[in-house]
Amino acid sequence: MTLMKSFLGAAATLALSAGMALAEPAIIFDLGGKFDKSFNEAAYNGAKKWADETGGSFKEIEMQSEAQREQALRRLAEAGSNPVVMTGFAFGSVLGEVAPDYPETDFVIIDMVVDQPNVTSVVFTEHEGSYLVGYMAAQTSKTNTVGFIGGMDIPLIRRFACGYAQGAKAANPDTTVIANMTGTTPAAWNDPVKGGELTKAQISQGADVVYAAAGGTGVGVLQAAADAGALSIGVDSNQNGMHPGKVLTSMMKRVDVAVYDAFTRGTEQPGGFSVLNLASNGVGYAMDENNADLVSDELQATVDAVADKIIAGEITVHDYMSDESCPALSF
Amino acid sequence: MEPMPKWADLVLVPVVGLVLAFIVSGLMIIATGHDPKEAVKLMVEGSVGSTYAWGFTLYYATNFIFTGLAVAVAFHAAMFNIGGEGQAALGGLGVALVCLFIPWPHWTLALLGATAAGAAFGALWATLPAWLQARRGSHIVITTIMFNFIAAALLNYVLVNVLRPAGAMDPATAKFPEATHLPALSDWLNAIGIPFAARTPANVTLFIALIACVLVYLLIWRTRLGFEIRSLGKSEPAAVYGGISPVKIIMISMMLSGGLAGLMAINNVMGEAERLVLNSVEGAGFIGIAVALMGRSHPIGILFAALLFGALYQGGAELGLWTQIPRELVIVIQALVILFTGALDQMIRMFVGKLFAMRRKAEV
Repeated sequence: MTLMKSFLGAAATLALSAGMALAEPAIIFDLGGKFDKSFNEAAYNGAKKWADETGGSFKEIEMQSEAQREQALRRLAEAGSNPVVMTGFAFGSVLGEVAPDYPETDFVIIDMVVDQPNVTSVVFTEHEGSYLVGYMAAQTSKTNTVGFIGGMDIPLIRRFACGYAQGAKAANPDTTVIANMTGTTPAAWNDPVKGGELTKAQISQGADVVYAAAGGTGVGVLQAAADAGALSIGVDSNQNGMHPGKVLTSMMKRVDVAVYDAFTRGTEQPGGFSVLNLASNGVGYAMDENNADLVSDELQATVDAVADKIIAGEITVHDYMSDESCPALSF
Repeated sequence: MEPMPKWADLVLVPVVGLVLAFIVSGLMIIATGHDPKEAVKLMVEGSVGSTYAWGFTLYYATNFIFTGLAVAVAFHAAMFNIGGEGQAALGGLGVALVCLFIPWPHWTLALLGATAAGAAFGALWATLPAWLQARRGSHIVITTIMFNFIAAALLNYVLVNVLRPAGAMDPATAKFPEATHLPALSDWLNAIGIPFAARTPANVTLFIALIACVLVYLLIWRTRLGFEIRSLGKSEPAAVYGGISPVKIIMISMMLSGGLAGLMAINNVMGEAERLVLNSVEGAGFIGIAVALMGRSHPIGILFAALLFGALYQGGAELGLWTQIPRELVIVIQALVILFTGALDQMIRMFVGKLFAMRRKAEV
């Protein structure tokens, strides 16, 4: 609410000039909500950074249900928003239908590839980032057991899990990786209670580092791990500060950069698809004052060396989505 | 209760309820620091201000006509069917199966098939609660609301594990084949020279909804079965004395009710999304209760109430789209309308009745 208030001045002028203001960018947040502390919030931060720097304004919509996606997209396109950025794979099929109807509008979709001339797709190599945090988890674990908690059970999240398991095994071949998914529907992105329960179950199985790749559900994972004295790993945004000293690191997926870039390019989107990877800083791990005591300089140097090897192609991290299988973990 | 003219009962009471709802909503918008006048303007323009807006309002209204009629038919038999949500979801499953697995040559035939399947699946979902009520006395309110949850879980399972195309991440069915796509309302209106915004979801299902209104009217007031349903609803002992079987009437009225709710799926699943997604009903089953209450369980009343709620729903969506008014507040506004026109209906009627009584006394 306080944030809403701070936008008020801008909102009042923005609200009704909406129909006329052309080429104003727009962003649609998927289920889980704008303030999920993770995926959508990263997107929001990117949009906000653009607005702060340029003094521009943007329109935003939070999805309330699965069935609204098409109306939201069409509405923004009809109103002349350009570009229209959306977060989440779930927009893929809807966008495939809507985009041809609005050839003059540029669409940007994150986490999914949609093959249309006016759609720019941005995907991330989450397996590479997850490999690094998996490596750190296994190096830090005293019980040789690390946990993974995914949101909705989809190939994209299995890609996170698979990269994480590969990293953990590479750091210490004896590591046991316990992986659980929160659910099979989009509700799994916003179920911190179940995330917390799964975390407790994994800790009771011996896990002392738990990685959450679950959007808003991760809030519960980090909380439960902190309560139980275990370490956790955040995702998408830098979540180290949520429980200082209790979050080992965060797997950064720079959705904020993707959104910021898309807004900056305005109506001159390149089209096609771009991959944000380790080399382009699209993914990585987060270091700040909150986790400085948890990660030794030595470990950091090792992980950076691993990252360099991945960038150089000396280490290949298997991508689950390339063949729907994982050498290091069975689902 | 004080007697009052019929027009006051049918028109004045709902209008007073609406006005009260809007006053309270306005106060809430002021409390959050926004301008209620702008909000109202946006809602009205967004719901009835252009043919584009009408395209959405009529689409939502079509949903609410079906669910409103569903609740109304059960009401006449004194059954409170709050399972419209689940019945419509199951109707969606029926429609999806028919559209996906039968190679229809033309949309008219597909529409017939989907109508039958949607109604059958919806009716089927109402059968068990109806039987439990009729035979075992398990209260229909409890069973139908529980069946909503079972329906949601069932659709979850089916969409995630059975109907999701291989490799897809979104729990939804594949797109229905081209031949099952229903013409949009704009296609027909533009063809006869009336300009209407394209790319809106209103489709030919609207006419099926209107036909359903007429049929429900004929059924309830012009047939023997309708008489039996109303008799049972007014007084069960009297109905039994008159040779009416409560078990039979409860079963039939609930199945009709479930079937009508299931028909909604030809609008939202076949007409709009053209595939079955999770949560496709979007609360229309529950709004149907408010629509039936406000429309006094009469098809004409339901038609107008459905239009009002369709406009509110669309206007609310516009509000969420173009202002920083939080989405929760939009839901609160819709809830207030339901509260004042549905739940507090009797209270308002009492007041209006007293006013008329006072006026009569003054005249005497």
